[in-house]
Amino acid sequence: MTLVDVRISEPKRYIPGATGDWEVIIGMEVHAQVTSQSKLFSGSSTVFGNAPNSNVSLVDAAMPGMLPVINEECVRQAVRTGLGLKAQINNRSIFDRKNYFYPDLPQGYQISQFKDPIVGEGKIVISVGPDRQGQFEDVEIGIERLHLEQDAGKSMHDQHPSMSYVDLNRSGVALMEIVSKPDLRSSDEAKAYLTKLRTILRYLGTCDGNMDEGSMRADVNVSVRRPGEDFGTRCEIKNVNSIRFVGQAIEYEARRQIGILEDGGTIDQETRLFDPGKGETRSMRSKEDAHDYRYFPDPDLLPLEFDQAFVDALKADLPELPDDKKERFVAELGLSVYDASVLVSEKAIADYFEAVAAGRDGKIAANWVINDLLGALNKAGKAFEETPVSPAQLGGIIDLIKDGTISGKIAKDLFEIIWNDGGNPAELVETRGLKQVTDTGAIEKAVDDIIAANPDQVAKVQAKPSLAGWFVGQVMKSTGGKANPQAVQALVKVKLGLED
Amino acid sequence: MTDLTHLTIAEASKKLTAKEFTALELTDAYLSAIDAANGTLNAYTTVTPDLARAQASASDQRIASGSAGVLEGIPLGIKDLFATQDVHTQAASHILDGFKPKYESTVTQNLWDAGAVMLGKLNMDEFAMGSSNESSYYGPVINPWRADGSTENRVPGGSSGGSAAAVAAFLCAGATATDTGGSIRQPAAFTGTVGIKPTYGRCSRWGIAAYASSLDQAGPIARDVRDAAILLKAMASVDPKDTTSVDLPVPDYEAAIGKSLSGMKIGIPREYRVEGMPEEIEQLWQQGIAWLREAGAEIVDISLPHTKYALPAYYIVAPAEASSNLARYDGVRYGLRVDGKDIADMYEKTRAAGFGDEVKRRIMIGTYVLSAGYYDAYYLRAQKVRTLIKQDFETVFHAGVDAILTPATPSSAFAIGDKELAADPVKMYLNDVFTITVNMAGLPGLSVPAGLDAHGLPLGLQLIGKPFEEETLFQVASVIEKAAGTFTPKKWW
Repeated sequence: MTLVDVRISEPKRYIPGATGDWEVIIGMEVHAQVTSQSKLFSGSSTVFGNAPNSNVSLVDAAMPGMLPVINEECVRQAVRTGLGLKAQINNRSIFDRKNYFYPDLPQGYQISQFKDPIVGEGKIVISVGPDRQGQFEDVEIGIERLHLEQDAGKSMHDQHPSMSYVDLNRSGVALMEIVSKPDLRSSDEAKAYLTKLRTILRYLGTCDGNMDEGSMRADVNVSVRRPGEDFGTRCEIKNVNSIRFVGQAIEYEARRQIGILEDGGTIDQETRLFDPGKGETRSMRSKEDAHDYRYFPDPDLLPLEFDQAFVDALKADLPELPDDKKERFVAELGLSVYDASVLVSEKAIADYFEAVAAGRDGKIAANWVINDLLGALNKAGKAFEETPVSPAQLGGIIDLIKDGTISGKIAKDLFEIIWNDGGNPAELVETRGLKQVTDTGAIEKAVDDIIAANPDQVAKVQAKPSLAGWFVGQVMKSTGGKANPQAVQALVKVKLGLED
Repeated sequence: MTDLTHLTIAEASKKLTAKEFTALELTDAYLSAIDAANGTLNAYTTVTPDLARAQASASDQRIASGSAGVLEGIPLGIKDLFATQDVHTQAASHILDGFKPKYESTVTQNLWDAGAVMLGKLNMDEFAMGSSNESSYYGPVINPWRADGSTENRVPGGSSGGSAAAVAAFLCAGATATDTGGSIRQPAAFTGTVGIKPTYGRCSRWGIAAYASSLDQAGPIARDVRDAAILLKAMASVDPKDTTSVDLPVPDYEAAIGKSLSGMKIGIPREYRVEGMPEEIEQLWQQGIAWLREAGAEIVDISLPHTKYALPAYYIVAPAEASSNLARYDGVRYGLRVDGKDIADMYEKTRAAGFGDEVKRRIMIGTYVLSAGYYDAYYLRAQKVRTLIKQDFETVFHAGVDAILTPATPSSAFAIGDKELAADPVKMYLNDVFTITVNMAGLPGLSVPAGLDAHGLPLGLQLIGKPFEEETLFQVASVIEKAAGTFTPKKWW
């Protein structure tokens, strides 16, 4: 792989050092567990959290004479992902063996793809920001390749004083290794890349992206250089398992490397581990200790070949991806780019929004979902999936505003009632007497009462008509917010003789 | 009553159907023969008399009820490389000590489904690596053949030495074997038996401990051509568990026996003469050519120019794959474990104790040729040679050749403990010089006995065919067999 610098060095991303500015260069290798019922080369279940060694077949345990058989669904998932990354799909790819000894690797080799991966070059557009001016910047990050490989099992070293235990449930589960080009230039970009990649995978349904369960892990390659110079020596930080840690690891590692270089030292190419407790990276093994994996084509598996029709069929069934959805929200529903970005950031949110917006005003629906629903969820510390308000309920609230049954203010109360207690919006309006008062007689009486009780204010307003809002507020208060605000405003003006 | 163990499979089947004797009687006759001989010949690593009798009784019931399979009641020996459920399956290696799988290989399952009876597991070179059966953890197999007037023990060839010796010594009616570089054909030639390595993909490899996955193929060793045809038909199948197995119908190989060779073109490759090859092997070859010509075949001289590169290329490809295939024998999950101070120490001690010298040698060669910086020079080049060898064969087959006739081995069976061979592994490797090209090209190859050398030891001829045209090999081999006769060792054991 030849490394090509496709980015322009920009001072806003420079890291100031004691001897001048530095630039950080980042490339990512993301291991994403393929969403599939069974493993890459065996029929064992992939369910997370089962009893140790319960999802293990003869193939997974590498019994003598066992042979791998490719799981076609995993191939489809890899192709779908490749299409989602706008990548080259290779109709012929080859599985290789990566040889090394470890107790959680029963075969003594991992079946992976080395020279001929199933997916070639692609790209992801990330949005970074906002900056100090509130601007977002779209950056295209190159994808080098995606290949399929087996996961290893799990070694547990803390269960016995002198022995290690091995759980082979993960052994042989399909992973997609998605390798970016060294196109990332800050920890924020790296985090945005991981977030966007996860969003795409979740939209596609090819990986659940649950980093805490290990279904997505990142190896982060970090190097630093003086702006405009060639790439420096990189260190690889292995198996970082949260987006936040990726950011911390990069920040730490860039600082560490800058410190060494500014002291006149050189960077050793090595593999490092991130310690989330200490917030630092530490050396795992040097280049000299690197394994010689002795890759060679797996003779148990024929080259993986499929025709264009196979790819085309998957392409035709591909769901709408976040970038396309965002464009559509902006173009067809008139949303702002920012609002559209927020809504498409998670497929669940976008689906929810679309359900609310169906047959209603998109902008109003977007405001409710973003400001009210997401705001409330955020405040309550709930995940989006835990929302107590369904799209039908939220849609019902919006409908009640639109047909004038309730005011915007009452709608907020209604939302809170439904959030806490549930229920049908229209019925709640009836049973709790939240209906907007449009009867001008009742409103007129309320206006008259307020005017009669506040002669001083009347004088003030007549001198300065812009203060009429005070009366509107008082009337709304006295009617418990149920009065139609437009009607109140009109009446106040008439009664105070402010009409122009 | 004649000795039941001397009946061929075809004969025994007829007599079982005719109820001249029972399957249990037939099995007992073999078990007695094994009892009497195995201490001397060491052909079996394990005998399974209880299982054999139970299977034979079940066969008798099926024969009685008219639901007999094609191998109903036929007692077979199974090479130790095939997984047989709950039975010793150790590839004749110390490292698989005590291993009894919970599964049955596809090939043996096919045989049991056809009604066959298992007598036990047959000795072999450790992990099928060897040409003399001397690398077995269970000690060498003794060839039932001895030179005229000699009491010197000879090797049965390898790696399927137990299979060949057991068939030749009437310790089973037929045997399963495997062939990665000649492991069926060379022992067949050394013991006066018929062995066929079918086209790569004809038999499933599922449940057979792997040596070199891209070369390994199962096949039978039998007393005559017909029995080999019957056995191969039962063993062969496509298998969804082995994606390198091929979905082609399995023909009735037996039907090819006795068909005329008229109009058939037999190629004689000029490269299959090696330095120091005994004159009598050349003579045998010429005799074979004469028999086929007499039978109506056209004999044509052909060239397979890359033949000389096959052996060195094989000894790169096969060890490379072996080094990876044998990584799973690590002491963690099954077989031998020698405890160590940490995991790496346990690996080293286990593998040092568990593998024999020849296996270690090939693991080291394989590890070396796949190492960074050497891969292109060795493995990649060997694969290119392999392509050229394949093209050599394609060219002659394309030119109209139906089958190729060659000697099976460059010598007859040699003495056990031959010092010259023991001192120079490469000399031992030369045993497979005529057979290895066939594995490299994935073609079917058959070894048929064609005569005895000056010392009364059997010699074989090899027939090489087009992919999945095993029928042609049986057809031509039956002509040689008819002309040469069959060969039986004088009983001394």
